[in-house]
Amino acid sequence: MNQHATKAKAFIQDEARTNWHDEALWFIRAKRDQATALVAEWEALRELASGIKDHVLGNLDQYLEQFSERAIANGVQVHWARDAREHNQIVLGILQQTNATRLVKSKSMLTEECGLSDYLVENGVSVVDTDLGERIIQLREEPPSHIVLPAIHLKKEEVGELFHEHLGTPAGLSDPTQLTEAARHHLRDHLVGCDAALTGVNFAIAETGGVVVCTNEGNADMGVHSAPVQIHCMGIEKIIPRAQDLGIFIRVLARSATGQPSTVYTAHHHRPRPGTQMHIVIVDNGRTEQLGRPDFRNSLKCIRCGACMNTCPIYRRSGGHSYGTTVPGPIGSILTPGFDLKQHADLPFASTLCGSCSDVCPVKINIHEQLYQWRQAVVEAGLADPAKVQTLNLSGAILAKPWWYRITGRLARLALRWAPRWLVYNRWNTWGQDRELPPAPRESFQDWYRKKHKA
Amino acid sequence: MRVALFIPCYIDQFYPQVGRATLALLERLGCEVVYPLGQTCCGQPMANAGCERDALQTYHHFVKTFSDFPYIVSPSGSCVYHVRQHYDVIDQTAVVQAIRARTLELSEFLIDVLGIQAIPGARYPHRVGIHASCHGLRGLRLGPSSELRGSQPPSGIHRLLEQVADIEIVTLDRSDECCGFGGTFAVSEASVSVKMGADRLADHLRNGVEVVTASDMSCLMHLEGIIRRRNYPLRVAHYAEILNTTGV
Ligand code: SF4
Repeated sequence: MNQHATKAKAFIQDEARTNWHDEALWFIRAKRDQATALVAEWEALRELASGIKDHVLGNLDQYLEQFSERAIANGVQVHWARDAREHNQIVLGILQQTNATRLVKSKSMLTEECGLSDYLVENGVSVVDTDLGERIIQLREEPPSHIVLPAIHLKKEEVGELFHEHLGTPAGLSDPTQLTEAARHHLRDHLVGCDAALTGVNFAIAETGGVVVCTNEGNADMGVHSAPVQIHCMGIEKIIPRAQDLGIFIRVLARSATGQPSTVYTAHHHRPRPGTQMHIVIVDNGRTEQLGRPDFRNSLKCIRCGACMNTCPIYRRSGGHSYGTTVPGPIGSILTPGFDLKQHADLPFASTLCGSCSDVCPVKINIHEQLYQWRQAVVEAGLADPAKVQTLNLSGAILAKPWWYRITGRLARLALRWAPRWLVYNRWNTWGQDRELPPAPRESFQDWYRKKHKA
Repeated sequence: MRVALFIPCYIDQFYPQVGRATLALLERLGCEVVYPLGQTCCGQPMANAGCERDALQTYHHFVKTFSDFPYIVSPSGSCVYHVRQHYDVIDQTAVVQAIRARTLELSEFLIDVLGIQAIPGARYPHRVGIHASCHGLRGLRLGPSSELRGSQPPSGIHRLLEQVADIEIVTLDRSDECCGFGGTFAVSEASVSVKMGADRLADHLRNGVEVVTASDMSCLMHLEGIIRRRNYPLRVAHYAEILNTTGV
């Protein structure tokens, strides 16, 4: 079943809201356009960022070892997790060893991917997300709909209602500044009393053994600075070789994400403060498998800026939840089939292959070409709709034989011209539900040409 | 100049006037145009739907049909892109390589090979919105993509249309957003597809366009389907039809 199409159809039912969602994301894309237009060497930066990431993926084993050695030398405790389960167990283990029961967590798509929060809560840990957007969706008990703007699908009035219910703000309050202020007070209580703080990682520097976390609200840093235990969880692909490479990525990341020159906070964490612990959990969870697929390996270059979502005309009109994945949108549709092709076989088809994602991507991932390749993989694996495959099978046979092609074309046009409207626009005619079929001329170009040249 | 004309299957069947306009235009510019009779399709409909394997026989048929020509010209950026980009899966014989290199979208041929900057005599007194079809734009780089930075000249199609007498080219709010056709996407994701098309048309309507043109008739087939269903005051025309007008 095509889950994306079904959910997208439901999303579009509310046309005003769809338009609002499209405009909200297009606004961010426009800010990205303005910000990048001010950087004369933008395309050169993309090229460099892409090249560095390619190089890292080709030498990942060495860089990971170097990174972990340096981090350990800095007094950091490094853990390796093969999959989501191991990752969750490691984090729980750290918390149990340090008697931590109150964890503050800052935006990490990896922990979403691993389902960490639910796991910790089941094991008696209180988990509070400290990014405003993350906190909003945590209170709503739903997954993020975007990797940078997790609550972008919600209107300020809905946030107002939510805060009224959970934080006791006055009913009907929807002023963003006042709502943010209320959230700040609410979060501050959690930040001050926490036992441990966990963050994601934007970049891990092999040369220094340090991790870099880019945020706009600073709550990630506040958590790390107030907790006796800090934990940073990263996928193996977060590595960059040298500190000096960071300049390139910092310059492209925030501009691509929101049109800011850089994020408000760029925190570098290298070693624990005296008397505290610092842990880094390095996670594979299917990444080495993806690395081993030549057509798809460079999807691991992604720096999670979200630009491909903002630009995607389908994402903007179907919403992040329609993808049913942790990472939605174009990049999600090439990453997630690698985890479970059967479950996500519809995603490579949730695209027109327009290529906007590939052109906007700051690390030049050929997203739309990989979508094309995943489509082939889906059909090869026998996971496509059999009726569709049979139709295309037949089309392939017809189109390879000029004579068949001419006859079939002629019959189809004849049928279209003479069949009554109710028959043509039946309920199986998906094209015709909201569109007219093309005109069916008496004569094809080829018929006309043959006649003309006989004469 | 001797050229082979490739008229993609859906143009052949549904929009023969676009084939005739392309042929007439090339002849008007002094080309000796051959239309190989056995031609069918480039194979894209199957391949884009994941059935590349079913497309292979069509690829071979295309190669066989067009192996003898210095240039293969087509009024479809999407099909040309498919030949150039995706015929990499068949044996790369000298013939296949030559075909991939010399299959050109109409405007590429007019500008890069013939060196033409304007079509003498063309006249089109209408307000025209140019829909930048994605495969031509981001696949063949026929024009500037709004995502890329640095200087990018206007598309050749835009430059040629600009020279047509009495035409008015309308600037759109979103210069290169996809129309939502996308081959089988138009059917498998019909809701999103139609919404995308309607949004594109709203942009043209808002800006007072009379005629929507493009380098791909497939985009226009989809847009026209919505126009006719909703009775929008818009028409579609392939840019070859506009260039092939007379009247000056
Ligand atoms: S694929 Fe590229 S554009 Fe999309 S989130 Fe990753 S880095 Fe950003």
